[in-house]
Formats: sequence, structure tokens, C-alpha cells
Amino acid sequence: MNWPRALLTDSGGFQMVSLLHLADITEKGVTFQSPVDGKPMLLTPEESIQIQNKIGADIIMALDDVVKTTITGPRIEEAMHRTLRWIDRCIAAHKRPHDQNLFGIVQGGLDPVLRDICVRGLVDRNLPGYAIGGLAGGEDKDSFWRVVAQCTATLPEDKPRYVMGVGYPLDIVVCSALGADMYDCVYPTRTARFGTAIVPEGVLKLKHKAMAEDTRPIDPTCACMVCKNYTRAYIHSLVTKDAMGSQLLSFHNLYYMMQLSRNLHSSIVQGKFPEFVCNFLQKMFPKGDIPEWVCNAMEVAEIDISSCCAPFRYIQATKVQSNLNEDEIQAV
Amino acid sequence: MKFAVKAWSNGGARAGILHLGTSTIDTPSLLLSTRKGLPHFISPDLLSCLPSPESRLLHVSPLHFLEGLSMKTISKIGGLHQLLGLHDHCFVSVPRDSIQCLPEANSTNKIGASFETPCGRLLIKPVEYMEMISSTRPELWATLADEVPAWVSDKRNKTSVDRTIKWLDECISLSPASGAVFGAIVGGSSLEERRRCAQEVATRNVSGYWVGGLGLGESMDERPALLNAVIEALPEEKPRLICGLGLPEEILQGIAAGVDLFESTYIYHLTLGGFALTFPLDRTQINALNLAPSDVGSDPRKINLRATVFRKDTMPIVEGCTCYTCRNHTRAYINHLLNVHEMLAQILLEIHNTHHFLGFFRLIREAINAGRFEEFRKEFVQRWR
Repeated sequence: MNWPRALLTDSGGFQMVSLLHLADITEKGVTFQSPVDGKPMLLTPEESIQIQNKIGADIIMALDDVVKTTITGPRIEEAMHRTLRWIDRCIAAHKRPHDQNLFGIVQGGLDPVLRDICVRGLVDRNLPGYAIGGLAGGEDKDSFWRVVAQCTATLPEDKPRYVMGVGYPLDIVVCSALGADMYDCVYPTRTARFGTAIVPEGVLKLKHKAMAEDTRPIDPTCACMVCKNYTRAYIHSLVTKDAMGSQLLSFHNLYYMMQLSRNLHSSIVQGKFPEFVCNFLQKMFPKGDIPEWVCNAMEVAEIDISSCCAPFRYIQATKVQSNLNEDEIQAV
Repeated sequence: MKFAVKAWSNGGARAGILHLGTSTIDTPSLLLSTRKGLPHFISPDLLSCLPSPESRLLHVSPLHFLEGLSMKTISKIGGLHQLLGLHDHCFVSVPRDSIQCLPEANSTNKIGASFETPCGRLLIKPVEYMEMISSTRPELWATLADEVPAWVSDKRNKTSVDRTIKWLDECISLSPASGAVFGAIVGGSSLEERRRCAQEVATRNVSGYWVGGLGLGESMDERPALLNAVIEALPEEKPRLICGLGLPEEILQGIAAGVDLFESTYIYHLTLGGFALTFPLDRTQINALNLAPSDVGSDPRKINLRATVFRKDTMPIVEGCTCYTCRNHTRAYINHLLNVHEMLAQILLEIHNTHHFLGFFRLIREAINAGRFEEFRKEFVQRWR
């Protein structure tokens, strides 16, 4: 690739489950249909690590038994325990611990008890970093943030926490407030290919007819090459029709996400994180209609966002933390 | 625009200098093909890695913008330079785009020229075309023509010449203050009509000539005579532009006849097919070349990077090539990108192919300046037969 900067490889587990037609998971590993010739193949923890050793990325991921969060029942517990058994096999198979960092992945669905067992199990193995897996799969946001909060509260402070598959800028801001450090997501580039730009207000659909006459840049506050040189009207004429449209939008969206990370980082370093969060939320929710789950999460993260919440919403949020019943709250 | 012929070689081939916009470009030269003003794949930030100033001439078909962008909006934005964020490049507008906006001779009538485009069949009147020119403000533009394929009847062909001249006059009368005009010359595959059209257009007040209607069905054997019939009637000191000649041999044909500027879709088609140009550009490479027919398969001029033989090939496409692709990536990587359907493959291929084809033009100019174009041409055609 001729890429001189950091690289991270995934184990292949998620891709198999989400992209391939048939994935059968046993204690040995994951059997699936090869996308090349359709023949059955088996990916074991050992083989996944071996391949990742050959690719040589700086961070490699353990092969985990990943289940969709929308599933309920004993399968989740089985997957969590297997993930712990597999991490030992991954550690044993890892031939390059000195130049490649093997991260373990916390599973356990939306069940706090299972998640706790998994966190403890992984922390016992003293890994260089920990991922919070099994989320970003369609579960409701209220469950999502609680799992992240629980994990970040119990994972070691001095090691990176990587929330896999996240995500939307709002999700990243919330998870960062809760103590997560790393993220990965196809969102910026995928949404670009569909003609959608990420902007401070949320999203901008360049395909929309109204864009055809709009001579403003995608985001006047953005310093990227696309916003400095092109109008919404021109991008509109390209999106979904020409490869160049996907390229330019992807460029902007990725730049946006990197700028977001940079801003999160510097605001924390400068001790201005709560202000940054408020600012961010105000732009996205100018009417103050911040979703309840965000308010709840920020409450737990001890970030005061009352200045950007419409009053009614804030009361709803505090309901979570108090034992007041409905009538008592109305009286407040 | 200013143009001057600087050197001649045997036959009609000539080397010149074209001053256009802020650029000074040596001819014969290649116009890069674009889609709505930008290359098909090479992102604007990578355009600067192409050799300069040879890569600064961009062919733009105003018809591309009919799909989603009004002329009023383009005008409001300020024309092509503002629209595309390309301030160092020069835009040459010819209505026809040999990839997606092909002349539809059966539907063309006295009102306007018909084109088959991605938004369907469009009839473009001269006044509409001139509105596009005024809004987009290219440095150089060709007048609207009635291009017909080689097999039309004599009557139809004659009509196309009459119409093209009439539209030329109309376009000139509506022309904006800035921008150089190239008069369109058609005439199908009739020597007589070609000559007649050229003679007429030569009397008009234009800065150069666009030879249209070629690459639409005439054979390579027929073409030299048609080109000569046109060129002989034109003043030497004005530049000549042609569209629709793609292959290197066709380019050489055009140059031998005295054409200075070329718009070609060769690079685009190569890129889409996963091909990369590999014919040697260095004289020493040419001499050292020792091709056993069994070695390279069917075509030593280019390689198809989809072929499995390149899966582990860690060489660049062409060793010693200084393009971004060859400096940074291997054949194996591009082969992989093609296999997994990544757009980066097309970007890297378009960069290399453009770089390489521009190198071909550089060789041509060197040969003309050294007075040995005909030898160069014979050698090239002979070698790759």
C-alpha cells in the first residue's frame, strides 16, 4: 500500500458475519463460503492472527465470536465465553507481540453481567488495548451508550479503548465523553457515495434538487480542499453519477471526521471539553431538542449540557438519575 | 490566444508554441478529456503531479453540464475556472465528447445539432450553444457543427457543410468578448466537400480550426486524404485541433497531416479496461528492447493489470517512469485493487496512462524538432505492428 502511517487490521470475524452468506461458528472457528470460489473455508483464531502477523499492521484484533445485539438468549453468553477462550488462542498464536499490538474485544451483548465478566477476563490477560465490540448493529441508543459507559468505567485507564463500528459524529462525541479513545466506521465514505455530506448541522443531501442552484460551499466553516474550491451546485451535478462526486464528498467527509477528532482532542487538552460539546450539540440541535439518550449519557459522563437543552428535555434526563416518579417530576 | 509554428519536419508535421490563458504550451499537444470539467478519476489535488504545462489543456464539452447544472448558475459562480477550482488550467470547449455526447446525425436538423447524451437526445441550437460558451468562458472554443458519419448520402453530407458554415457565422456573431474561436470543418468522407468547407471557413475571422466529423466511421486508410484536403486549404500560421483520433497511430497520422492539438479518448478506454501503457519512451529503451513474441502475449504496448500474472509482480508499471503511480505503487497492488473493485485502481491507471501518453507527445515533438518525424513515425508503426 505504500502507507507510511499507522495501520490496524480487523480479525475478519465481523466481515464474515456481516458480508458473507453463510457463517457457521463452532469452537474451532468460523466456517464460511469463500467469496472467491464458494468453497467452504474455516477461519480459526490461530489463522486470523497468522494472517494479521503477515500483513504487519501496528494494531491487530483478536478473533471474537460476534453476535448481533438485536439477538437475545443464551447465544450471547456462549459467544462471550468463547471470545474469552479464543483470546487465549490468539495470544498463543501471536508471533510478533513486540511490534504488533493485539487488542481484545469485549463482547456480551447488552447484558451488563456478561459484559462485566468479559471485561474482567480480558483485563486479566493484560493486553495492550481493548475494544468494545458487538455494538453499532442497530440496537437502540439508550442501550448502546450504557454498554459503552460500563466498559469504559471498568477497563484500565491507561490503555486505549476502541469502540468498533462507531460512527456518527454524535455517537463519537458521546463515547468520547464517556472515555473512549478510538473509533472506526464506514459511514463517512459510504454516505459520501450516496451523495450525503457530513456538516456541523448534521447532514447535507447533495442529491436534493435545491442544491442545483446553491453556490455556497458544502460547509463554510470547513477548510478542506473541497469546501475551499467547490460549490454545492457543482457537487450536486456529480453525485451518484460520476466517480469524481464520490471522491470529492468522501474527501470532505473524512476531513470533517478528522477535524472532529482533532477538536475533541484539543478541547480536552485545553480543559474546554464541556464547551466544545455544548457548541457541537447546539449546532446540531438548534432548537434544543437533544435526544434523551445523549442527555442521559452526558449526565453520567458529568458533562453539563443544560445550556443547550430545551428546559423540558433536561427534566426528562434527570428523571433517569432520580427516584422521583412521574407525578413528582411534573410538580418540579 | 497566440500561436506560432517553430519547426517543420518532413511532410506536414510541425512543432509550435501556443499561448493560451496563462500557459505556454508546446505543440503538437494533447487535450486531457474530462467529465464535467474534471478528469474522470484523477482528483484535482493530484492533477499537479502530472507533467506541466503539457497537462494543462483540458477538453470540456459544455453539454456535460446540462445534466444537473444550469448555465445561469455556472455564470453566477464565474465560469469554468471558478466552478472547477482549477486556475492554472486552460479549457478548450468542443461540443462533442467522444465518450458520452456523440453527434446524432439523423436527428440533427436546420434548427440545431443533435447529440446522444446521458440525459437523452438533445437538440442544441447555436444560440443555446453560445449561451453555454458565454457562461462557461473557456479559453478556446469550437463552433457548433453538423458532424455526420462516413456513410451518409452525398446530399446529407453537403447539407452538413452548408449548415456548419451557417452555424459558424451565427456563433461568431454571438461570441463573447474573450475566448478564441476555432471554426468547425466537416465534410464527411468526401474530399470535395472537405475541401469546400475548409476553403469557406478559411475566409472567416477565426483563431484556428477544429476538424470535426472524423473518428465517426471513416477508415484509417481513408483518413490521410481527407485530412490533407482540409489542411491544404487552411493558412499555415493558425492552429488545427482534431477530436476522435485515439490510437497512437492515428495521432501520428494527424500530426503528419499538420494537426497541432488532439483530443483523444484512448486514455479513458485504457483505464476502464484495466490497461496501462508500457511502450518504451526512451530511445535507449527502444534500442535495448528485446521482445520475444512469446514473452509478452498479444500487445507489447500495454499490459492488462487484471491478469493473474501480475498478482505478485512488485515492479512498477514501467520501471523508471516518474509518474505518481509508478513512484508509489506496484503492479501487484493495482491488480489487487482491480480485483476488489476499488476506485483507486482507475485513479492510479489514469495518472500513469496520462503521464505516459503525454510522454509520447514529447517524443513526437522531439522528433519534429530534430527533423526526423517521418522516420520516428515509420519506426513506431513498424515496431508495434
